[in-house]
Amino acid sequence: MSLTAPPLPDHSAQEIAVPISASGQAWRRSLYRFRQSTLSIIGLILVLGLLLVAVAGPWIVPFPEHVTGSVATANRFRPPSVAHPFGTNELGQDVLSLVLAGTRVSLFAGLAVVLAGAFVGTVIGAVAGYAGGWVDEVLMRLSDLKLTVPGLIFAMAIAAALGPGLVNMVIAIAAGWWPGYARLVRGEVMAKKEEMFVTAARALGASPGRILFRHILPNVMTPIIVKMSLDMGFAILTVASLGFIGIGVKPPTPEWGALLSVSRNYMPDFWWTAIFPGLAIFIAVFGFNLLGDGLRDVFDPKARR
Amino acid sequence: MTEPPLLDIRDLHLSMTSFDGEAHVLAGVNLSVRRNEVWGVVGETGCGKSLTGLSISRLVPSPPARYLGGKILFDGRDLLSLDEAGMRNLRGHRIGMIFQDPTTNLNPAFRIGEQLVDVALAADRRNPDILGVAARAGRRARRRAARDLAVRTLAEVGITDAAERIDAYPHEFSGGMRQRVLIAMALIGRPDLLIADEPTTALDVSVQSQILALLAGMVRDHAMGVILITHNLGVVAKACSHVAVMYAGVIVESGPVAAVLRKPSHPYTRALMSSIPTSGVRRGELKGLPGQVPNLIKPPRGCRFAPRCAQAAEACRAGPPRPVDIGGGHMAACLKPGPAAEAA
Amino acid sequence: MFLTIPVLLGLTVLVFAIGRLLPGDPVALAAGPNATPAEIAAYAREFGLDRPVWVQYTSYLTGLLGGNFGVSIFTRRPVIEDLIAYTPATLELVFAAMALAILIGIPAGLAAAVYRDRWPDYLSRVAALGAISMPRFFLGLLLQLAFAMWLGWLPLGGRFPLTDDPPRLVTGFLTVDALIAQDLSAFWTACRHLAMPAIAMSLSPLATIMRMMRASTLEVMQQDYVMTERALGLSQRLIVTKYVARNAISATLTVIGLYFGWLLGGTVLVETIFDWPGLGLYATKAVVTQDFMPVIGVTLVIGTLFVCANLLVDVLYGVINPKVRTE
Repeated sequence: MSLTAPPLPDHSAQEIAVPISASGQAWRRSLYRFRQSTLSIIGLILVLGLLLVAVAGPWIVPFPEHVTGSVATANRFRPPSVAHPFGTNELGQDVLSLVLAGTRVSLFAGLAVVLAGAFVGTVIGAVAGYAGGWVDEVLMRLSDLKLTVPGLIFAMAIAAALGPGLVNMVIAIAAGWWPGYARLVRGEVMAKKEEMFVTAARALGASPGRILFRHILPNVMTPIIVKMSLDMGFAILTVASLGFIGIGVKPPTPEWGALLSVSRNYMPDFWWTAIFPGLAIFIAVFGFNLLGDGLRDVFDPKARR
Repeated sequence: MTEPPLLDIRDLHLSMTSFDGEAHVLAGVNLSVRRNEVWGVVGETGCGKSLTGLSISRLVPSPPARYLGGKILFDGRDLLSLDEAGMRNLRGHRIGMIFQDPTTNLNPAFRIGEQLVDVALAADRRNPDILGVAARAGRRARRRAARDLAVRTLAEVGITDAAERIDAYPHEFSGGMRQRVLIAMALIGRPDLLIADEPTTALDVSVQSQILALLAGMVRDHAMGVILITHNLGVVAKACSHVAVMYAGVIVESGPVAAVLRKPSHPYTRALMSSIPTSGVRRGELKGLPGQVPNLIKPPRGCRFAPRCAQAAEACRAGPPRPVDIGGGHMAACLKPGPAAEAA
Repeated sequence: MFLTIPVLLGLTVLVFAIGRLLPGDPVALAAGPNATPAEIAAYAREFGLDRPVWVQYTSYLTGLLGGNFGVSIFTRRPVIEDLIAYTPATLELVFAAMALAILIGIPAGLAAAVYRDRWPDYLSRVAALGAISMPRFFLGLLLQLAFAMWLGWLPLGGRFPLTDDPPRLVTGFLTVDALIAQDLSAFWTACRHLAMPAIAMSLSPLATIMRMMRASTLEVMQQDYVMTERALGLSQRLIVTKYVARNAISATLTVIGLYFGWLLGGTVLVETIFDWPGLGLYATKAVVTQDFMPVIGVTLVIGTLFVCANLLVDVLYGVINPKVRTE
């Protein structure tokens, strides 16, 4: 019945936000497992590279003016060359510049979706777990809906109703993104609630908020982070899917899915206009999936085997 | 006694690698089993008795296991030198095995007949006498013969209505009946050596003695050699002709049951026996053993029991004691064997 | 699964709310860019969209009881007719994709488990992660580029050439109908159209089924009865392909059920890129024009199919797992 784990002797481990239950040795084992996995390292490198491109975007893009919408129709549909390694598109814009600039859009949107989903899910899960009764029932049935409703159609419907724009698209996708997190947090809250009664933490005057932040969140932080890293790839994929269908981000914002969607019309002669944005989506999603998979192995060895 | 032993384990050493290091889990095991002998191997959890049994069938996964030395001679052949295919020729057909928990050792998704038939067919491939079907008989004829044999074997282990029950699923049997099915599975290939790892531990006491009686009858009828792995000296006294006591990867004492139980000569055997409640023991006389099982990653240099032994001397810590014959095949791996200083 | 009806009802409320409460003016969109405010109002009146939302909702529900899914404000066609026309196409695609995923995923997962931590296992892991990372629309495009545009082996899209006569409608599945009509050339044509969309759809369930099968196989191989089977001389091959496989498949089945629903929703992208006349394409067109009756209809159909799929899985689970069956 250990309510609060004993303080860790190893302070470095505490700072890296491992679950309090993990000892320094367990942490070192995890790190060891992570380093053993070549795939996770490749994933980490890919993700770091993407982050770098996203941050440094405006400074490394060869043709910044193309990103903001200026066109050079005289130069349209040039195949890949030294000046334009990914060729140019139907407006004469440098595809490499668009793809590089798109990194920021996709990563931002993906991250926003996952963060919003995790935040809303945590709140809903905590409320459901705390309140119990019909509140819990309603919220959990609502999260069941996500299983039956095809997520993409749902997101499409909201996005279409809200109208185009990056923020609207993030809202539309995030609206269906919370149930997984809600279940995670709810389970932990329900379990802790029982212990709370036993130890009468409430009688000592601990507020629900304090109990949530001090006792519950630290315990679910690791699975939430692992889930977020696994979800990142899928979120980026969903963003690109909406862009591809033509709901969501509109040109000139260089979104990978939208770029691919436009260039579909110029197949097969001008294949480079589609291949490179497509590859960019694949690599980004793959990177996050590799990393997330590796993290899950480390923190949830049971799932590995 | 001129007949060579069926099984002869000589100085078997086994190590297991784990995250914490390499554990020397079997440190020189010696055991020979002849036909019609029932050997009880006793010891506490983790002493290596199950690993010894699994080693004979070569079912210890390696890695993490590694055989450091020794031989397991079965009919004169060293099993440690056989490959997987060579071992498969022996398993089921020459060496049968029964495990502890009858609820988890039958595949829940298949009718018991299906499992029995496959074991019989596998054994028949090594020895066509088992089914007695002509070599050019088709698959169907073979399966039918195997099914008939399965029904006969089930009846033999005491399952009534065997012809009907053969089509039942494992969960439709009680624990004792399941163990009978497992015994039938182990015996259907007519093995010469049967290894039974805690076959009665998971069963009710009343069922236990039925199963032990059944095993005893089977040994008699088929002239098998048996290794019965257990932690229960009562089972040994009831069902075995010989006994080997294991402690921390070593057989510390072995010999005919009568001799060993009447005159326990290794301090560990004595400790084991005095920890069993019997009707003659009065309240407060039941003794536990002080200390802990040694860490096998860094085992004691000398006798592995020395740290817990009241009679341990300097010589005991110098090197592992060799087993010595103290009369009539009664062996003890102790420098000072005998019922010493037991009165206290 | 007795919660199905409330869940589906909740679904209608949700989509209704999205359609009516969020900004956006579907009527103006449907009435056309040159419509005057008076014309838009008349248009709204025609479809009853000028009434309060709750009145619209109750009348929609009453209609549902009689099998009336409302009318598209864009095409003015009854939604139910479209649903009947498009559902078989989507189901055919999903079944084909699922069949591919199961037929390849289960043996591959079994193999990955048997060769655990050796190269086939690593390869399968990378391939699986790659497969779930691959956007289906991009994969579809690559397939089109390779097999339709460059090699010219397969048709670019569609379900059946408009110029040919399709086989007589029986099940709505063109491949099956062609076989019923004993028209092998039509069957071949239908298969050629089905090939690329089915492959594009199957990749990610294939990967998931494979990983799931690997995990459950490893789990099963730890079981005591596998040790017994080995100890009694059964060959590794027989143990894995017969005794382990059946136990592992029953654990994998649940995932397959969940994936089925996911696939139904996931047809959107593949149907769009391959111009496959199914629910996804229908829903996409409706969403873009904010025509909400079809969207609700599609979600209801998919939700129902999802529930049916899971019931089917429960039944199959019982067939494979005798313990469940007798209980």
